[in-house]
Amino acid sequence: MSDERRDTTQSAPARWLAAFGRFWWDFLIGDTPELFVGVVVVVAVLAVLCLRPGLRTAAALLAPVLVAGVLTASVRRAARRRNP
Amino acid sequence: MAAASPTGAVVLVTAVFLASAVEMVEALTIVLAVGVTRGWRSAFEGVAAALAALCALVVVFGPALVHWVPLSVLRLVVGGLLLVFGLQWLRKAILRAAGLKAKHDEDAIYAEQVAELSAAPASASGRDATAFAVAFKGVFLEGLEVVVIVITLGTTSHRLGLAALAAAAAVVVVVVVGLVVHRQLSGVPENAMKMGVGLMLVSFGTFWSAEGVHATWPGSDLAIPALVAFYGLVAWLLVYALRHATAPHADDRPAVGGSTHE
Repeated sequence: MSDERRDTTQSAPARWLAAFGRFWWDFLIGDTPELFVGVVVVVAVLAVLCLRPGLRTAAALLAPVLVAGVLTASVRRAARRRNP
Repeated sequence: MAAASPTGAVVLVTAVFLASAVEMVEALTIVLAVGVTRGWRSAFEGVAAALAALCALVVVFGPALVHWVPLSVLRLVVGGLLLVFGLQWLRKAILRAAGLKAKHDEDAIYAEQVAELSAAPASASGRDATAFAVAFKGVFLEGLEVVVIVITLGTTSHRLGLAALAAAAAVVVVVVVGLVVHRQLSGVPENAMKMGVGLMLVSFGTFWSAEGVHATWPGSDLAIPALVAFYGLVAWLLVYALRHATAPHADDRPAVGGSTHE
């Protein structure tokens, strides 16, 4: 179904909700889903580590290393797509 | 509390100011194109309406988040949001600095906007709906990213007023500079500014999301500038590595990229 046709058959609140969802999807995920997934995984790993009070400083020190890994993987993925 | 100290405040103000300035340069390009081709009255009305709507978003959602969402949850969610958002900015800036993505060309965007607006039929009445709509949309959509940054950074650090002031100051500076240089917005070092904003958003995002799961930062909020330096080094290494990896082909392959509107 085309967007034009869907717009005429959906109610105003449904269209607004769909537009709201599309905005956040583009905003958070867009063409870099690996960044979103990577951040979720990093935060989950930190949360698990922090369950043990003795590892809370280690978790903080590990955080930038994991985030840098996510960034590097995403940049390399983009570079491979542009320079196969 | 982190970011309540002068160090955190400086990084907060710098991040918000730069982010707001970058987005407002993009918005100003659109507004200038509207004003020059369709007249200034409706363009200014569109700008005023968009700025009012953006301010309303900050006023409504900022205090509501502070009062109704527990601090640890706010830090975790905001930290994650800033991380995703900041990584997107940083990734794009790294690819542009390495020549793997076309840089934002304000002159090209201006020319494209002028051509589109000139083709649209003129309004018979004093008010120009096309000019109003294009100016409103340009400022509102570019400003939404700034609103998200102001609300997230401002509420988490309990400095919403300071963050909003930094954003407002950037709007004033960009408008004044824009009026002076008029169409020479391509001279703004936009990618360097985006790189700086990306570094700071990722640093704040790392800091808040780790605090949100109760990690303990050595040196408390002094960790924020240390994070900025660390990610700066990582970004520099990535640009260096990408430039060297693509150098043999640089002469026969022009920089490519997506839309100039990104």
